[in-house]
Amino acid sequence: MRISLQARARPARAMVWLSPLLAAVLSVIGVSILFALLGRNPLVALDTLFIAPLQSSEGLAELALKATPLLLCAIGIAIGCRAEVWNIGAEGQFTLGAITGGGAALVLGGGGQWWVLPVVVLAGIAGGMAWAAIPALLKTRFNAHEILTTLMLSYVAIQLLGYLVHGPWKDPEGYSFPQTRQFAPDTLLPLLIEGTRLHVGVLLALLTVPLGSILLGRTMIGFRIRTVGAAPGAARYAGFSRERVVWICLLLSGGLAGLAGIFEVAGPDGQLTPVISPGYGFAAIIVAFLGRLNPFGILFASLLMALIYLGGEGLQVSLQLPIAVTGTVQGMLLFFLLAADVLINYRVRLLPARRVPAGDARHA
Amino acid sequence: MHELEFLLAILVATLRAATPLMLSGFGELITERSGVLNLGVEGMMLVGAVFGFIGAVSTGSLLAGFILAMLAGAALALVFGVLTLSLMANQVATGLALTIFGTGFSALVGVSWVGTPIAGLATAIWPHLSSAPPVLQQLMLLDPVVWVAVLVPFAAHRFIYRSRAGLVLRAVGESHDVAHALGYSVLRIRYLAVMFGGAMSGLAGAYLSLCYTPTWTENMVAGRGWIALALVVFATWKPAWLALGALLFGFVTIAQFQAEGLGIDISPNLLAMLPYLATVVVLVLISRDATRLKLNAPAALGRPFHATA
Repeated sequence: MRISLQARARPARAMVWLSPLLAAVLSVIGVSILFALLGRNPLVALDTLFIAPLQSSEGLAELALKATPLLLCAIGIAIGCRAEVWNIGAEGQFTLGAITGGGAALVLGGGGQWWVLPVVVLAGIAGGMAWAAIPALLKTRFNAHEILTTLMLSYVAIQLLGYLVHGPWKDPEGYSFPQTRQFAPDTLLPLLIEGTRLHVGVLLALLTVPLGSILLGRTMIGFRIRTVGAAPGAARYAGFSRERVVWICLLLSGGLAGLAGIFEVAGPDGQLTPVISPGYGFAAIIVAFLGRLNPFGILFASLLMALIYLGGEGLQVSLQLPIAVTGTVQGMLLFFLLAADVLINYRVRLLPARRVPAGDARHA
Repeated sequence: MHELEFLLAILVATLRAATPLMLSGFGELITERSGVLNLGVEGMMLVGAVFGFIGAVSTGSLLAGFILAMLAGAALALVFGVLTLSLMANQVATGLALTIFGTGFSALVGVSWVGTPIAGLATAIWPHLSSAPPVLQQLMLLDPVVWVAVLVPFAAHRFIYRSRAGLVLRAVGESHDVAHALGYSVLRIRYLAVMFGGAMSGLAGAYLSLCYTPTWTENMVAGRGWIALALVVFATWKPAWLALGALLFGFVTIAQFQAEGLGIDISPNLLAMLPYLATVVVLVLISRDATRLKLNAPAALGRPFHATA
């Protein structure tokens, strides 16, 4: 017997949505084995990872808080992926958004004017867009591949943040900690529920789900984006400008990542520190794929990924497991998803062993 | 005399900084020549770094560490191979997954090894390294792995252009259908190329944790895997250019060292940006000529192969 993959006549629609479920089940099994190898009771660990965070209102608030940056970054990434524009530097655009928005908050805050917070948020969006505009320019003008340029610029952005909080923006009264002053209260996002850290940014992030869906499915821009990705030849024939689509995708995803960045620092953090993200921009790539590059799917995927972040923190506290468990579980999930996705285009067949015909020339 | 010492120190530091780029870049070059784009270099280097370190510390043998690192890199590359070659998953997405997983997994495995002291390869070979005169000390810092990296471009050139196996590798990377029709096992050759790339990345990672630093810290590869990927494009898939690129980047990486030597006071954060900015600049310069890039890139790069007959 041997296992063979046979191409399906057309992609199996059901598998598009069953594959993430299959991947989740396989990941739970994989994670259980991992926990057993680390000498922890898998059932206790799974409970801490997936169930415990959901059992308190604070836990749910933190879940929404962590899902927000993932959701914003992933929707942008997904729109790009639809056009085969690979923005994997959301982490950098997130950081730049935090820098420009945070800078605006440091300069403008304290006066109590109503327009300060909107300006801070817009500055964050502009920062993310500007950072993504560089790879867009390099791609359209010089043909430099956006995978590498967006990623390299992420490292640059993180160093830039490090430079600012260690140098010019450092709080003089911060006991030499590398951090800025606390932002003034009028530059912080209002809380939704007192007693939690849940802020209005969460609602704005939710709004991007229907907006993203409408953009992709119901507008000419969305149609062009999808056509350029799915059928570049047809797009060229129809006169759709690939350059324009690259610009739109990168500016949009950069702006959303910048928004996520300023939400993070004007929300729960309230100041700039050298590390403002536990890799949200990278995890958002997994979220985008897990959500099938569809805004509504991404909403669920971002909640699942936020749960893994939250559960990872729980594992650190209660089972003394390193926080790196989070990244391991997330990477594993993406592996299984990519493996399960083969079932969309192929069916698995068990065939009798192949007889090698005589005279079959095989060289190594 | 003092200037000469400084120049020698810069030369040695450049070679040492170029070594991991050369090793992983060459592994990726072979992988890509077979038509497979593996973006997981960073992840494989991290896994190599942590397993090399653990292997060396727990057996007391650096050689065992290097072997374990290469096996670990190849094992991770095998996962990539199963997904992209047998299951025909998207190579870009799978490569990203490999890096994300490798980053998390290496940190998880290495958590109790952070801060463990180890004598680097140069010190292990030359126990009197720290008391040697400066010039001799610099030469001693050029450990065997650096020499391996120096030989790599020559060996690679011979393999790719002057050997039968290299010809087959290129054939598979240029047109897998033709290679298949000629009777070559496309998947087997690609599996070998991918795992070779993984082993080289593992070796490069172990060089960082056993020779260059030598210590294990989370995320210590710090983007070198991605720079190696950019170098392959920069080199237009040619070993000689890869060597030149690696030296160039080695030189940029040690900018901090040069600044200190010349007495320039500048933020380490700003200096740390240089290799990444240089990568972007170099990519722009090399990619401007789209035709040249297209002519040199393996024609089947990134395309999955599914034998229908």
